Amino acid sequence: MSVILRVERLSKHFGGFQALQDVELHVSAGERLGLIGPNGSGKTTLINCISGALYNDAGTIAFEGADITRLPPYQRARLGVARSFQIPKPFRSMTVLENVRIPLEYAAWKRAEHRRINDEAMQVLELMGLKDRADVNAGALTQVDMRKLELARALAAKPKLLVSDEAMAGLSGAELDEILEILLALNRRGVAVIMIEHIMRAVMKFSERVAVLDAGQKIADGDPQSIIANPEVQRAYLGE
Amino acid sequence: MFSADLLANAVVAGLLLGGFYAAVAIGLAIVFGQLDIVNIAHPAFIIVGAYTAYILNSRFGFDPVLIGVAAAPIFFFAGAAIYRVYYAAFERTGQESLSGLAFFFGVMFIIEVVLILVYGVDYRLVQADYIGQSWRIGFVDFPLRMLVPFIVAVTLTAGVYAYLSRTFTGRAIQAVAQDRLALQLMGANPIRIKQWAFGLGIATAAIAGALLIIIGPVEPSVGRQYIGRVFAIVVLGGMGSISGMFIAALILGLVESVVATFMGPSWAPAVAFGVLLLTLALRPAGLFGR
Amino acid sequence: MKKISPFWVCAAVVLAAGLGFTQIAENEYYFTALYVILQALIMAVAWNILGGFTGYVNFGSAGFFAVGAYTSIALNKALVGLPLPLLIVAAAVICGLIGLGVGYLTLRLKGVYFAIATLAMAIVLETFVNNWSYVGGARGAYILTPESHLWFDSYIQMLFMLMLILAIGSVAISRKLNFSRLGRGLAAIRDDEVAAECAGVPTLRLKLVSTTVMGAMMGVAGAPYPFFVTYVDPLSAFNLFVAVNAIAMPMIGGTAHWVGPVIGALLVGSMQEIVKVNISSELNILIVGIMLVLFITLAPQGIVGLAQKYFRGRRR
Repeated sequence: MSVILRVERLSKHFGGFQALQDVELHVSAGERLGLIGPNGSGKTTLINCISGALYNDAGTIAFEGADITRLPPYQRARLGVARSFQIPKPFRSMTVLENVRIPLEYAAWKRAEHRRINDEAMQVLELMGLKDRADVNAGALTQVDMRKLELARALAAKPKLLVSDEAMAGLSGAELDEILEILLALNRRGVAVIMIEHIMRAVMKFSERVAVLDAGQKIADGDPQSIIANPEVQRAYLGE
Repeated sequence: MFSADLLANAVVAGLLLGGFYAAVAIGLAIVFGQLDIVNIAHPAFIIVGAYTAYILNSRFGFDPVLIGVAAAPIFFFAGAAIYRVYYAAFERTGQESLSGLAFFFGVMFIIEVVLILVYGVDYRLVQADYIGQSWRIGFVDFPLRMLVPFIVAVTLTAGVYAYLSRTFTGRAIQAVAQDRLALQLMGANPIRIKQWAFGLGIATAAIAGALLIIIGPVEPSVGRQYIGRVFAIVVLGGMGSISGMFIAALILGLVESVVATFMGPSWAPAVAFGVLLLTLALRPAGLFGR
Repeated sequence: MKKISPFWVCAAVVLAAGLGFTQIAENEYYFTALYVILQALIMAVAWNILGGFTGYVNFGSAGFFAVGAYTSIALNKALVGLPLPLLIVAAAVICGLIGLGVGYLTLRLKGVYFAIATLAMAIVLETFVNNWSYVGGARGAYILTPESHLWFDSYIQMLFMLMLILAIGSVAISRKLNFSRLGRGLAAIRDDEVAAECAGVPTLRLKLVSTTVMGAMMGVAGAPYPFFVTYVDPLSAFNLFVAVNAIAMPMIGGTAHWVGPVIGALLVGSMQEIVKVNISSELNILIVGIMLVLFITLAPQGIVGLAQKYFRGRRR
């Protein structure tokens, strides 16, 4: 399997606070990677650097061989890096359908059928189970539907890599399984997924590989079973 | 025509002016610097303060500075009330940016027009013994109508600085911008705190207005010249820094004075805004920004 | 056969009505009043492209307007007899460039800083014009009314028709923008700029387009102004009333839809003319200020928003 995302020696600081230190991360095409770590370990900062919302201070990020370290977020989106936000950020003046159109019309513009954007958008909504919400205003959705919309927008960008940032936080058992199933379905279509989660059973069920961050550094990287057994990981989570 | 004499006087006048500018900007430094509320109408409130001083001074002969200080509590309550409206209409629903700005723009306009309708566009002055006088040290003039406001302004700035760093409410004001949740956990009501801060900001306008009309005559549209200055000062000084604001005010006063002396007074308004644009383009965090 | 949209039918009707009006109306006052309203309409439509569609407030509308006016004055002085349409194009180019410049300097920061920067730009420009003796500086400049007014009865009638065409043109551009891929990108920026950027929207580029179009349109509104008033000075060209109207009219009419600023301009503009004639012009300024504040606090979606809510309620 070829590596599509190559993060090397990534560092980021905010004033005097070192958020990330020499982080190294590889993701292969179609891989399912779980990213875990205690609160404040730098997971969202890492994602922000990968998607371009933040610029890292040191290190490089390469996507499909091309150096994207200094590219603005919208160009990374066009290349195929998509992310969902931990706290959903819907476009509140638009309907669900219109929300999904935006990434199709922008990030996926070269990969989309220009004349049939609405159809493509509906297909995405169908995959997400949001088809009957298509004309609802995005601001009026339930929590779980908003999370689905976040993922729908990320999917509509026709990404090769999707980062799901705690999409399941605070959801009930059944809702959680819904989201999990959506992510698995996405992966079956060839999209590599980085899942950031605190909910262990979801991470275990989903991931082929798990990376662990603690205090801005990667402390472990391997298959799920060996990660749980790793004493350093246990210390990071319990030793607080 | 360049001479040490002229330069020295321009520098001194500039520093005195800068001190006064600090009094003008401090209300906005609190409200915009700490609370992120873009009260573009702040200079309009200062004009109201100036007119208050004018009315009471011409009627009863009270000293303008005393009027300003006495009027401050009233302005405080007015500010608190306005914040209530602002909060209910904008902050609660999260629509701050576009509508909040336009709201204060409208308020500024209303204030200016009401003043025009009631008092017309004639220039108004105050009378006080010290206004005509001037001290002289060597070849440098210290006009009292500039020196008195300078002293009052410095006192005001120092007072606000002490308040913000020493008292509970003051520190709460500094905290509320940075972490609402922590503030709530500490037992303080963020909305109450912000209301208090906004009231404080408007209260300083009462004093600044009195100082303004001491320095020179005032008519309703004078406020607009100060919009650029106050924002330039707060941005240059750095959001959240009172001492930065003071230094920025001195710098601005200095540059304006030197430009006015050597290039002509009609260039003065552009100075503040030019400084503002440059700061935004080159170093948006300002000199001492958070 | 391609369907002609109702908008263009309306536009044609309005144009015809305007022409008809120039034939039958006796009192020149009507054309003066209509010119003022149409000018305000173009300014409102222009402001809304950046303010309503993209979510960035511009306080310096008077600056763009005045530069448009002073471009006319300067070019007219340098090359006497240049036809008005050329002056309008020149104003559009210059003001568009200014919009681009201010945007480039400040649009990478928060919206608040952009708003303040626009105010700064307007005052800096005013100071420059005040000190520029070629166009009269603070004393102002006189423009002689040209001899020719084509087939119209008077010069003001011709100006009115010109403004009508410009107004229809600007509304058409605004409408096209509202329903285009570009317009949807702008709306995404307005709703959530970070999310838009991550969805592939080139936010800086689109914001710059928005600012440039707005600047150019405002310059167009200002270019004929010297010929309308015959005497221009910085105080009247850069006046705050123009700036407040440019904000108040779209906010009262409704900012999300292209028809909002049109409704706002027609309603508020007409009201202002009536008040100006019957009471006083100062009161006008007070009224629009109060209306702005009231609408912002109570009906932030404007008249269009209220109408949408009403019709949605009735459908139930």
